[in-house]
Amino acid sequence: MELDRPLPSPITPEAKPFWDGLRERKLLLPRCQACGHAFFYPRVLCPRCHARDIGWIQASGRGKLHAFEIAYQAFHKAWKIKPPYVLAMVELAEGPRLMTNLVNVEPDPKAIKCDMPVQVVFSKLTDEITLPLFEPVR
Amino acid sequence: MADGRSLSSSVCIVGVDESDEIGNLPGKSQLTLHLEAITNAVRDAGLKVSDVDGIFTAGQHSPALLGEALGIIPRYVDGTTVGGCSFIIEVGHAVAALHHGLCHVAVISHGESGRSGVGVSPRRDTSLTGQFEAPFGFGGAPTLFGMITTRHMHVYGTTLEQWAQVAVATRKWAALNPKALRREPITVADVLNSRPVVYPFNVLNICLVTDAGGAVVLTRADRAKDCAKTPVYVRGVGESTEHVMLTQMRDLTFSEATHLAGEKAFRMADVAPRDFDHIMLYDAFTSGPPIMLESLGIAARGEGVHFFAEGRATPGGKLPINTNGGGLSYTHSGMYGIFPIIEATRQLRGECGPRQVPNVRLSLVNGMGGMLSAAGTLVLSNER
Repeated sequence: MELDRPLPSPITPEAKPFWDGLRERKLLLPRCQACGHAFFYPRVLCPRCHARDIGWIQASGRGKLHAFEIAYQAFHKAWKIKPPYVLAMVELAEGPRLMTNLVNVEPDPKAIKCDMPVQVVFSKLTDEITLPLFEPVR
Repeated sequence: MADGRSLSSSVCIVGVDESDEIGNLPGKSQLTLHLEAITNAVRDAGLKVSDVDGIFTAGQHSPALLGEALGIIPRYVDGTTVGGCSFIIEVGHAVAALHHGLCHVAVISHGESGRSGVGVSPRRDTSLTGQFEAPFGFGGAPTLFGMITTRHMHVYGTTLEQWAQVAVATRKWAALNPKALRREPITVADVLNSRPVVYPFNVLNICLVTDAGGAVVLTRADRAKDCAKTPVYVRGVGESTEHVMLTQMRDLTFSEATHLAGEKAFRMADVAPRDFDHIMLYDAFTSGPPIMLESLGIAARGEGVHFFAEGRATPGGKLPINTNGGGLSYTHSGMYGIFPIIEATRQLRGECGPRQVPNVRLSLVNGMGGMLSAAGTLVLSNER
């Protein structure tokens, strides 16, 4: 089947556990073993205390819609999904934010509110890649 | 001194100009836009290209390439590239280098074939954008700056009508600038009814995409007296960066980098945020200038839009903002930051004809790189 969106690329070694976890429908976050700070995107040091001792935790998959946009055209050459679609920044319950899409919602500013509760939806793209999308909590 | 006051007013802007033309230029490469702007700005200063011994630039072309193309062996180079405000930041770097005698005539150059793409390397996703943004459809500034904008609307109740006022106010200045690309008057309704691109932005909320070059020439104040035009003193400079990936911005409605850059520039110049009689703000989107005013401490949090809606920022207003017509209506090649420096200099020299701000003495230039990710601030004056 032809892909309707760009695959994550290039996947970096420090982010591989994140992508591996998604394949098993787990949303993993790096967390500093020294100070307990959970953060995203993955990197080899803690951006809060600068320790180099990083582990992984499984996130709850719950969070809030921090900010959003509704796209009326494609902005990436590999994007084939018909507009409008919702671009989203989600703040996870564990603290970190990530960029995603808000799905299973009317793409209308009247239906979407910042800080509305959202939950993860795992969207399998290929055998290798599953993306974390989000939907409103009903 | 730690606050940079010993550098204040030690260096002047002595030459500014655009490339021969700006706008839609499919017949000119990016390098040509640089070289036109440099030769024009050096001429404006009453200097020769061979006088230039410091080359500062940002973007795809390195200072080494510009030196080579100009036939110059520079004694100082700087290619700091942190987004569109890089040229504003480089004014600070040039001040330090000139003050300490590391070079004597510095040129800061911008050339970008942003619309036509002539002589441009293709853009590629980085490992971070490619992994964490592109798979969700993000690509280009409007898909990111809109996040800042909807969050501001949520926190402060800012409306689409208020953002539209910024475009309307800026267009009023463009009507007075013969070099501006879009000069016909627009209304709030025009903005609200223009083509939707990505909510909360319609096309009139977003800057132009043009081909353009611009350059700024600086030298020490003692030498500036011998140049062709009224010297413009660099009284304060500030720079900072906060993030590159938008998820890392601490508060989407407040730019820490802008706040710090402003604080540094104001302290060096010994001025307060409300002392300015002319302001140039990097306007890639209508929501940018109000949030910059808030981050700089010129407007209270959430109240930056009032400067535009109430006519303060427009021709005849008490605090003119973006008098060249801005990135929204004058030109925006991609890295816009050189152009607000050029306009502030022309205003302080009294060269602006129908758009001239009367009795302008103190001008603020503030630019962003990326999505309020980096910031550069200048305090410029025609008085020492």
